[in-house]
Amino acid sequence: MSRLSEVLAAARAENRAALIGYLPAGYPSVEGSAAAARAMVEGGCDVIEIGLPYSDPQMDGPVIQRAVEHALAHGTNTHHVIANARAVAETGAAALVMTYWNPIERYGVERFAEELAAAGGAGVITPDLIPDEAADWIAATDKHGLDRVFLVAPSSTDARIKLTADAAGGFVYAASTMGITGTRTTVGNRAAELVARTREATDLPICVGLGVSNGAQAAEIAAFADGVIVGSAFVRALLDAPDEQAGLDAVRALAAELAQGVRAGR
Amino acid sequence: MSTEAFSAASEQPDPSGHFGVFGGRFLPEALIAALDELTAAYEKAKTDPAFHAEFNALLKDYAGRPSIITEVPRFAEHAGGARVILKREDLNHTGSHKINNVLGQALLTKRMGKTRVIAETGAGQHGVATATACALLGLECVVYMGEVDTQRQALNVARMRVLGAQVIPVAIGSRTLKDAINEALRDWVTNVDTTHYLLGTAAGAHPFPAMVRDFVRIVGVEARRQVLDLTGKLPDAVAACVGGGSNAIGIFHPFIGDPGVKLYGFEAGGDGVETGRHAASITGGAVGVLHGARTYLLQDEYGQTLESHSISAGLDYPAVGPEHAWLHATGRAEYRPVNDDAAMEAFRLLCRTEGIIPAIESAHALAGAIEIGKELGPDATILVSLSGRGDKDMHTAARYFDLFDADVREEDQQ
Repeated sequence: MSRLSEVLAAARAENRAALIGYLPAGYPSVEGSAAAARAMVEGGCDVIEIGLPYSDPQMDGPVIQRAVEHALAHGTNTHHVIANARAVAETGAAALVMTYWNPIERYGVERFAEELAAAGGAGVITPDLIPDEAADWIAATDKHGLDRVFLVAPSSTDARIKLTADAAGGFVYAASTMGITGTRTTVGNRAAELVARTREATDLPICVGLGVSNGAQAAEIAAFADGVIVGSAFVRALLDAPDEQAGLDAVRALAAELAQGVRAGR
Repeated sequence: MSTEAFSAASEQPDPSGHFGVFGGRFLPEALIAALDELTAAYEKAKTDPAFHAEFNALLKDYAGRPSIITEVPRFAEHAGGARVILKREDLNHTGSHKINNVLGQALLTKRMGKTRVIAETGAGQHGVATATACALLGLECVVYMGEVDTQRQALNVARMRVLGAQVIPVAIGSRTLKDAINEALRDWVTNVDTTHYLLGTAAGAHPFPAMVRDFVRIVGVEARRQVLDLTGKLPDAVAACVGGGSNAIGIFHPFIGDPGVKLYGFEAGGDGVETGRHAASITGGAVGVLHGARTYLLQDEYGQTLESHSISAGLDYPAVGPEHAWLHATGRAEYRPVNDDAAMEAFRLLCRTEGIIPAIESAHALAGAIEIGKELGPDATILVSLSGRGDKDMHTAARYFDLFDADVREEDQQ
C-alpha cells in the first residue's frame, strides 16, 4: 500500500475526509516553500501537493500564476521539486507532485519516476495528461510504485470517468467546477454530482479540488468526498504575508481551520 | 465547387489525432468532451453536402475565392532563373489565408449551437479574420492578445473593435501569442457550454490540426490545378512559411501524394538559429508537448517553453503544428530557417520587381524560394504560398528600411 493510500485510509478510519494542500515549489524560495509545506503539515494537512512551476500554466488562475512566475524567475527547477518532495515525505505526510506534462517528458519519464520514488514521493497529479496518452507514464509509475492521479470533470461522460478511474491510483481527483484554479464563494452542487457518478465507477477514494478556501467549504465537501484539496487559498496566504514568518504562520493557521472543516463535515 | 477541397482523403492523423508520434490530446479532461463534440461536428460536416454548399458559397462570394496565381519573372531572376509562381492568398478578404479556416470554424460553431467565439491572436490577422466572420454570422467574439502585441499592433486592435469584437490584453507570462493561447484555454474551460475556441492555426489538440488543415487545404487544391493549367506539369517545389503552419499545410497537403514535388517549409530564423533568438521550432527546437499536442517546440532542459523571436509577428510562436513535425520526421517535407534579414531582403525585392507587397511572414517563403531556386536551377518551377499581404507590416518595414522622415521617426521612437 502506498503512503498516499495509507494516509487516506487513516483519515477514513477516523470517519473524516483527508486534507490535501497544494503549494508550488520555489515560492517564496525553494527553502521557503519547503518550510511552508512543513507548516501546512503541522497545521493538519495529510497530503501535500508540490507544484512544479511551469511556463504555461493553462489551468491556473492569477494567484498560482503569480507564485509560479516568481518561482521560475528565481530559477526553480525539477530538481528542487524532487528535493521538496523529500522534505515533505520526511514529515510523514504523503508527498505528491502536481505538474503539467511537458516537464516530465523533457526530464525523462523514467528518470522522473525513479528519482521521485527514491526521494519518498508517493505519486503525481498530471492535470493535462489523460490516460489515453499515458502509456509510457503508466509503465514508469507502475515500475516505481508511484500513484498516478488523474482528473475527472463535470463535463466527463460516464465512460470517460470509468476509463480515467481504471487508470488512476491513490485517488481520483474530481474537479468541482468547470474552470481554472482559484477561490470561489460557492463550490456548488456539481461537485457532489460528480463524486456520486465517480463512485459508480471505482472503489478508489475521490478527492475534490478547485475553489475551496475556508473551513466551511471544506466541511461542505467533506460530507461527500474522501479528501478536500486546497491550493490557491494557501498560495494567497503566502502572497499576502508581509514576511516569510508571517507566511508560515498564515498557512499553518489556514491548514488548522481546514483540518477542523474536514472533521466537521460528517 | 465539389467537396474535394475540404475532404482530405488522408491516412493522417489516426482516429485519436496522432501523426506518427506527434499530435494527440494533451489537455485537461474538462475539455475532452468539447473536443469530442467538435470532432463529431466536423466529421459530420465533412460528408454533409449542405455544409459544403454553405462553406463554398462563403469562400466564393465573401472571401473572393479562388485566389489567382501570378508568375513573377522579374523576381525569379534572383532565384537562379527558376520559374516562380505565387499563390495569391494576399488577395482574399481580410488579406490572408486565415479567412478560410475562420469561415469553416465559424460555420461549425453555429452548427454546434454555440453563440460565443474566442480566439487568440499574435499580429492580429487571425483576430481580425475571426472578428470578421463573427460579425458576418452574428456571433459574440472575444479575442485574447498579448499586451506586448496589442501595443505593437494597435491598428489591428482597433480593426477588431470596429468589427464588434472584444479585445482582451493578456498581461501575464511573456505577454505574447503563447500567453494569449493560455488565456483563451482558461476562458474555454470555464465557458465551454456556450463557447467555441476558434484556434487560428493547424496546431493544438485533436481535431484542430486536421480540421484547420482541411479548411485551408483549398489553397493547395486550387494552386495544383492552376499550375497544371499554366505550365502543363506539376511544380518541382512548393515553398511556404511555417509558424504554427496553417498556410503551409494547406498548400502542401494536396501535393503530399506527388513524389516529384518537393515540399519546403521556411521557419523564422530571427537573428539566426545559432543566436537562440529565433522561432524555428523544427530546426532549433526539440520534441515535447505544448498547447495540447506533441510536436517540436522551443524549450529548455526542464521543459519550460522558451520565448521565440522573429521580425514577423505571425511566425513568432515557439511551437509548430504536429503534422509538420511528422512531415519532417518522415522526410516528406524539408524545413529550413530564414533569418529576419533574408526575409526583409526578399520583401523588398518582391515590392520592387513585381509591385506586390507581401506580408513579412510570406517574405520568409520568398527568401526560401530564392535559396532553393539557386539549388534547383533554371528548369525548375517553384510554387510559393504568398499567404498574406503586407499592409499590416508597413510600420515594421518603414522602421527596418529607415523610411520615415526625421520628424516622424522621432515621434515613432518616443
